[in-house]
Amino acid sequence: MYSEKVMDHFQNPRNVGEIEDASGVGTVGNAKCGDIMRIFLDIDEEGIIREAKFKTFGCGAAVATSSMATELVRGRTIREALQVTNKAVMEALDGLPPVKVHCSLLAEEAIHAALWDYAQKNGIEIAGLSRPKSDIHEGEEEENW
Amino acid sequence: MIYLDNAATTKTAPEVVEAMLPYFTEMYGNPSAIYSLGSAGKKAINEARRTIAGSIGAGPEEIYFTAGGTEADNWAVKAAAESYSEKGKHIITTKIEHHAVLHTCEYLEKRGYEVTYLDVDRDGIVDLEALKAAIRPDTILISVMFANNEIGSIEPIGEIGAIAKERGILFHTDAVQAFGQIPVNVDELHIDMLSASAHKLNGPKGIGMLYIRGGLKIRSFVHGGAQERNRRAGTENVPGIVGYAAAVQRAQRLMEEKGRRERELRDYLIDRIEKEIPYCRLNGHREKRLPGNVNFSFRFVEGESVLIMLDMKGICASSGSACTSGSLDPSHVLLALGLKHEEAHGSLRMTLSEENTKEEMDVVVEHLRQIVGRLRDMSPLYEDFLKSQKV
Repeated sequence: MYSEKVMDHFQNPRNVGEIEDASGVGTVGNAKCGDIMRIFLDIDEEGIIREAKFKTFGCGAAVATSSMATELVRGRTIREALQVTNKAVMEALDGLPPVKVHCSLLAEEAIHAALWDYAQKNGIEIAGLSRPKSDIHEGEEEENW
Repeated sequence: MIYLDNAATTKTAPEVVEAMLPYFTEMYGNPSAIYSLGSAGKKAINEARRTIAGSIGAGPEEIYFTAGGTEADNWAVKAAAESYSEKGKHIITTKIEHHAVLHTCEYLEKRGYEVTYLDVDRDGIVDLEALKAAIRPDTILISVMFANNEIGSIEPIGEIGAIAKERGILFHTDAVQAFGQIPVNVDELHIDMLSASAHKLNGPKGIGMLYIRGGLKIRSFVHGGAQERNRRAGTENVPGIVGYAAAVQRAQRLMEEKGRRERELRDYLIDRIEKEIPYCRLNGHREKRLPGNVNFSFRFVEGESVLIMLDMKGICASSGSACTSGSLDPSHVLLALGLKHEEAHGSLRMTLSEENTKEEMDVVVEHLRQIVGRLRDMSPLYEDFLKSQKV
């Protein structure tokens, strides 16, 4: 069902973890559809993404697209990072099954959300970037386990 | 390999394969033919029908062979609805039925029927009072599964049958998961129609049956021949039918021993998981449960990821996660229990057979503990949860 590259990025995900005091953090997706991605970016004064990390709740494709997306933006400028579209992530993974295409969209949105957070924190505007849709809070009642 | 997906399908037992083989290679004649090559098949079908009927306390003329459980469910629900439509157009079923029943009910809803989908409690058991309250003068059919395929909960079938009988309503049960695993008797439980398949009890795929109580006016489902007393046309699947009977005989013979063994393993596995993996929830009723069914939700992780990682360790299981269903929605059964979407996505079903061992259960727990731990380490939900605990 999955390509070898997807399986590789699922089994050996790159850049798993958090960045303390990250320049920007973006969380997208919701528990209802079963995927939540959080991407952390460390961006230097020249606007270069020095480090990218992720945490993901989701299926094999969700983990693999998060892993690939962080790989694709590391060492890039903000402008270049905006070019990392869901299509680019999918191509880099040698494709995804049709029902999993939404995972790659989520990865693109997570990068954008982290960049938006960075822009907000620094009071700057990034051309071509708009406020992300964040809907991870479903409002379901918490329950004790 | 450790196979823990026996509710999906089982290994065909060697004695079943052996019983079937002559009906492919030697006695291949059409059972409707006059010559003796055909009548050998006819004779085998009659014997098989007697065996299977006897196992549920029915008469041989009440057993109709189908291509499987799904066809039997479709037939039962559609034909009952059509045959009794003059009395009314209301059907009662539950929210946790197999799609073979649920999608058939939806089909009927588009054709003027009304369907009440009963809620179940937190353990997946139907509330008898709610059932009684749902009955209307125009109710023509109650269809409640014997035991659930995902969570293994066993429904109060005898009580439901008694209610249906008292109110003069037809009662159908989808017994695909229960038949061959636990005792089933159509008279004692007041069952009017019962669906079952063969491949869940070490029989072949592609063969099942519908029990229809004698005297019921249930129309034919497949037209085009006089087979199955004019009710299900098509040349009989002789090897399948013979294999089905062999599987039923085997299941009857082993039921007690097999059930005891599976329950022991099941409870051992449940116990170890509950003790060793935090933030898990057993789905389904703890006691009123099929002998081989284990179903857990692991919080903060997603089922498909768990399945792929288990598969890499040679362990076959299944999940109620959306990603394994081809849709975006997680299991309707788990949602009907009142589970949150996140919990339903994080479910894992392991269904045992008598061939599994305690050592295998130990291996499974060890891998599962590591896999769930690893996935939680990369889960933003777990990160948020840990932070919320510190405050």
